[in-house]
Amino acid sequence: MVRVIVITSGKGGVGKTTVTANLGMTLARLGAKVALVDADFGLRNLDLLLGLENRVVYTAVEVLAGECRLDQALVRDKRQPNLVLLPATQNRKAEMITPNHMKWMVGELSHQFDFVLIDSPAGIEMGFKNAIAAAQEALVVTTPEISAVRDADRVVGLLEANNIRPAHLIVNRLRPAMVEANDMMSVADVGEILALPLIGIVPEEERVITSTNRGEPLVLDTTKTLAAEAINNIARRIQGEKVDFLNLDVPKEGLFTRFRRLISLK
Amino acid sequence: MFNFLELIRGRDRADSSRQKVKQRLQLVVAYDRVDLSPKALEMMQREILDVISRYVEVDPQGLDFSLESNQRATALIANFPITRIREDEDEEEETAAENVVKP
Repeated sequence: MVRVIVITSGKGGVGKTTVTANLGMTLARLGAKVALVDADFGLRNLDLLLGLENRVVYTAVEVLAGECRLDQALVRDKRQPNLVLLPATQNRKAEMITPNHMKWMVGELSHQFDFVLIDSPAGIEMGFKNAIAAAQEALVVTTPEISAVRDADRVVGLLEANNIRPAHLIVNRLRPAMVEANDMMSVADVGEILALPLIGIVPEEERVITSTNRGEPLVLDTTKTLAAEAINNIARRIQGEKVDFLNLDVPKEGLFTRFRRLISLK
Repeated sequence: MFNFLELIRGRDRADSSRQKVKQRLQLVVAYDRVDLSPKALEMMQREILDVISRYVEVDPQGLDFSLESNQRATALIANFPITRIREDEDEEEETAAENVVKP
């Protein structure tokens, strides 16, 4: 049974596409067949984060225009054979896409894949409506910042109104030291406002930038990072496994605290 | 335990930017969620006040209308300090009435 999940946020720049790329890669590595759909028509980015930009020949728009078959537009990831990308168009006819188009395309993909992850554009206009049209579930990505949480709240309302459930919360780019100093909202603060069940906490990670530069999703990095581990845990939770949340407490003092943290990193 | 630690560390809790942003967000999402125009809100406020004033005398200085959100349910909190009960009503004396309307 296929699961169609939209990854959305309202506000741009909170890490939606990065989460989509890394989650897709992780689910594929865990053995699921995964299709990533870039629904950010006109401003596509998912191909870049996956390092697949040079291999895009056709996009969803050519499929819908009848210029190619759907499987011709799918870009297969050479590092991970379980993963394919359906790219969005970058420059042409982006306005022609409708919710019905999305439903048809996702319907076609449903026969061949275990997961269809749809990367939604920022905003709550047409692009967003297209992105959620075919989705059964949602992951709402936000950062612990006022505008991101406000926009996420609008999105949660719209997901509810469109009967897309369950919707789960991912708090991205958390800076535990700032939370500790009462200079940033905690995950609990954000969760209290949005009233969504939490599925992941991803700490701020500089290596996201270098991995994006290279077009290699962070989870493929040989250097282990907490952020990659956090994504890995989200993928496992999506598959129904019970995984404890990472201990992101800032080590304050004492061997004991540090020791405990080491264990939890294992 | 957590509060105790905070106390020891002497962090400025009520005044921290973390508390501030949370308060601002709670207010702003409460208004976002009901999606009422300021005009509609003002009209509603006036009409509720009209009704209340038929029964009791209200201190206009102390009026307080606000929206609060909890677990995605928004409540309208209206606070009317009552100065005097109208004579034609034989209610018990009260000093303040709180009126909560759930949508």
